[in-house]
Amino acid sequence: MSAKPRVRVPSTAKKGEVFEIKTVISHSMESGQRKAADGSPIPRKIIDKFVCTYNGKEVMTSQWHGAVSANPYLEFFCTATESGTLEFTWHDEGGETYTATADIKVT
Amino acid sequence: MSVLKETRLALSRRQLLTAAGTGLVAAAGLSVMTARPAAAAASAEELITKIAGGTPKEGLVKVDGPEIAENGNTVPVTIEVESPMTADNYVKSVHVFADGNPSPEVAAFTFTPQSGKAFAKFRIRLAKTQNVRAVAVMSDGSSYVGGKEIKVTIGGCGG
Repeated sequence: MSAKPRVRVPSTAKKGEVFEIKTVISHSMESGQRKAADGSPIPRKIIDKFVCTYNGKEVMTSQWHGAVSANPYLEFFCTATESGTLEFTWHDEGGETYTATADIKVT
Repeated sequence: MSVLKETRLALSRRQLLTAAGTGLVAAAGLSVMTARPAAAAASAEELITKIAGGTPKEGLVKVDGPEIAENGNTVPVTIEVESPMTADNYVKSVHVFADGNPSPEVAAFTFTPQSGKAFAKFRIRLAKTQNVRAVAVMSDGSSYVGGKEIKVTIGGCGG
């Protein structure tokens, strides 16, 4: 299943403003606790790391475990310092990564 | 007098037996019910002690969520830590635990002064009614803990 990330970042912000970021990615976050109809366990497949960078500098990183719901949603904050790009990366335990970017203009 | 005594005895014997029976069942049920959460809570406790480097202080950390979550599969949870978030005084990390889940670790967040606010809103799975706790580690090494009990109608960890 391909994971589709979506992010919402304001297009403009005042310098020093703390702005809100909303992210969501479609992913089953299979915890490995569930069993299929025939009783066999469904193999674990989760995103275990999320990173947000602002012009290449880390703002927030997050480690996730099996208790994070499917299609993980995350809302957090960031301080506007300069115009540039925010990059969001989701790391799957299996080695796959999914990225999304958003540009912001700081006035 | 003797007749009365006999009937009372007979009655009490039957009552005693039933009482003993239910008592045993109740005791057995209780031990089964308490055994698992106690073990899970202990490991969450261990993890918290390890992260905090001791027992964290109460306060500063706010965990928010619904009073009652009907679906344990997606329970919206907000964590917020009071901090000025300046270069020399900020929240380094926040670790979220659910004592009553098969695995108590939920998520961890590493913040920077750039974050501006030590805040995260996300959705978690909860197996049953339990206390969701968050431990915050500050830049000066101190640690704080906060929590909230969330009642769960239908557990979210599959069968």
